Amino acid sequence: MNDLSTSEATSLYAKRQPVYPKAVDGRFRRLKWLVMAVTLIIYYVTPWLRWDRGQYAPDQAVLIDLAHRRFYFGPIEIWPHEFYYVAGLLIMAGVGLFLLTSVVGRAWCGYACPQTVWTDLFQHIERFIDGDRNAQMRLAQAPWSVGKLARRTGKYAVFLLLSLLTGGAWIFYFADAPTLAGRFIAGEASSIAYATVALLTATTFIFGGFMREQVCIYMCPWPRIQTAMLDEKSLIVTYKDWRGEPRGKGRRTNVAAPKALGDCIDCDACVAVCPTGIDIRNGPQIGCITCALCIDACDSVMGKIGKPRGLIDYATLDDCKIEAKGGTPKPIMKTILRPRTLVYFALWSSIGLAMLAVLADRARLDISAQHQRNPAWVQLSDGHVRNNFTVKLRNMEARPREMSVSLNGLPGAVMWGEGGSRETAKRSVRTTVPADALAKLPIFVAAPGSGEERQSFAFSVRSIDGLESDSTKAVFERPN
Amino acid sequence: MADEKKRIDQPTGTETVGHEWDGIEELNTPLPRWWLWTLYATIIWAIAYTIFYPAWPMVSKATAGALNWSSRGQLEQQLAAERANRAPILRAIAATPIDQLAAKPELMQAAVEGGRAAFRVNCVQCHGSGAAGSKGYPNLNDDDWLWGGDINAIHYTIEHGVRNPGHGQTRMSQMPAFGRDALLQPAEIDDLTAYVRTISRQRPLDNSAKRGAALFQANCAACHGADAKGNRQFGAPNLTDAIWLYGGDDDSVRKSIHDARFGVMPRWGEKLDPATVKMLAVYVHSLGGGERETLQIAQTGK
Repeated sequence: MNDLSTSEATSLYAKRQPVYPKAVDGRFRRLKWLVMAVTLIIYYVTPWLRWDRGQYAPDQAVLIDLAHRRFYFGPIEIWPHEFYYVAGLLIMAGVGLFLLTSVVGRAWCGYACPQTVWTDLFQHIERFIDGDRNAQMRLAQAPWSVGKLARRTGKYAVFLLLSLLTGGAWIFYFADAPTLAGRFIAGEASSIAYATVALLTATTFIFGGFMREQVCIYMCPWPRIQTAMLDEKSLIVTYKDWRGEPRGKGRRTNVAAPKALGDCIDCDACVAVCPTGIDIRNGPQIGCITCALCIDACDSVMGKIGKPRGLIDYATLDDCKIEAKGGTPKPIMKTILRPRTLVYFALWSSIGLAMLAVLADRARLDISAQHQRNPAWVQLSDGHVRNNFTVKLRNMEARPREMSVSLNGLPGAVMWGEGGSRETAKRSVRTTVPADALAKLPIFVAAPGSGEERQSFAFSVRSIDGLESDSTKAVFERPN
Repeated sequence: MADEKKRIDQPTGTETVGHEWDGIEELNTPLPRWWLWTLYATIIWAIAYTIFYPAWPMVSKATAGALNWSSRGQLEQQLAAERANRAPILRAIAATPIDQLAAKPELMQAAVEGGRAAFRVNCVQCHGSGAAGSKGYPNLNDDDWLWGGDINAIHYTIEHGVRNPGHGQTRMSQMPAFGRDALLQPAEIDDLTAYVRTISRQRPLDNSAKRGAALFQANCAACHGADAKGNRQFGAPNLTDAIWLYGGDDDSVRKSIHDARFGVMPRWGEKLDPATVKMLAVYVHSLGGGERETLQIAQTGK
């Protein structure tokens, strides 16, 4: 801090107001518990699931094997040139978020986003160690003492441990999990593994322990995109101001003026439980991640004062208008099944179906041929001409396969490979390509010297089990 | 400047340095401490660097530095490490008889690649980067071999060279210059030329070629064979095939008979280590024209 910042007029920086969300129970809180449990279990357990692929491929169900450039997902194995499947999945994820947003608003933000899940987890730990909202506020104001120091140290230690577990779990997606776990603990894992864990531990610790709602409000682009995608038919968390206002403390049994006060008793329970520290009664705002904890808080208050639940509730802006005029809102299914969501769903599912169809029919055998240009042709003593090729066979199945490569076209030509000779050459050669590998075969093709200067033909490959074949075009060159 | 002119600037709350020019004053905003300390650290670093590493230019060269480091020395170290890295496989190649390398795929692969590298350094000047040769320099891709195309013959040719002066084991032969030394009359050379082009199916048999046939048996068959298919003992080329070292057209054949054209090759055995010579032989043999041992036996038995 230099002297400049002491002048209030020149400071553009708003200091963060600490958020101490109060514990709450209710139907949405229980849903959040469930989603947290499911997402955390998926995150931690997935790398440890096994999937038997035989002796030639790893047996980890989900494995991103960067070192060998393979991506395993259950029965699906993706090679680098098939990466468009991953692109397809990303497009599906994007359209899926559009769909989700148009139906239930920012449900991703409120329930499933890792930032929300981990922040929620960290806030539970905070309440466990420091106590609930009021105790936390008192502790923050209290001068430093042995007790405060112990609590703070304990809290950050638990944060750090949790962060370490979070960062640590990530690397198991990229290598055989049991092996890596052993090597990691023994200090034998690669430095990139330790660096990744250190980085993710640091980001988890900082994002979950300190930055929290600031990530959502200032860093994440998604709230901006989502606010543009919401419309008046999307379900969002809404304070029904026509029912609540004018808010105020006091009894509602004033016979003289029965409408003097609305249902909102201004207890601030909705503000106290909010993990991003906003007041939902100010209307829809970018800080609202629609976690619905304010609904739970308000519902319990309404129950205590004998009013119907839902002063704060999931509602569409259209329904709010209808309700404010005293009408009955449309049934929820009508809100969900509207043209926009149906179009998103059709788009999303057709991408998925198209990918499934392509996946079911994709080739697991591939041939390509490269003409050796130096020299482009070789004159043989009996008047024939030889061309040299490098034929590449890609066996994308997790078992070695015997294959036969043969010539299509080019009459009178013979071919041979390494270890063969022209004397014993035929129109095809046999080779065994190792499991899940690319084989490069030097191939010699000899053909009569008379003919086109550049004659087209094709190499074709067939697996001996007869299940798959492929072919590639090539050109035979002769002296002019 | 007088101290009393220092004052606090109201809008920013910063002290001025006390200088004032026509109403313009300078605010006292010194360099941040961390910046200053970084500057000091870099100065210390720079001094230490000049002590430990080559830095100060002297009359003939720069100071060597306490660590005695040089980029040339570093390269030498890396090259030495690379040589040490390769030494075991080179030793294994050197220790394996050349005709048994094919049975050891990992040695074979290293030998082909090592041979390719050595070829680029030593052989491309004459044989070309793709070993396709040029006029007077044999194409090593094809199936026509002057001195034999099995792995042992190729190895021998590379090791001892061709027509290498003063070397007893070199591949040696010498064709007489039939025209230049007046061993044959120009008309006879024309007839021989006609015959050679006839047996290589480049022109029909005519009277000139028939006369040439008799001349061929008298003058050429001793080396090129009665059937003109050559003799690898003398490096005498096959004259009936489609491959011509100096060209197969009329003028080229006539000039070859007139002047006796033949090439030379250094004996690489004295320039390169045995493993490299072996690797070169394996590489050349792998280019597509390499013959098997059995063929060679069949030919010598003939």
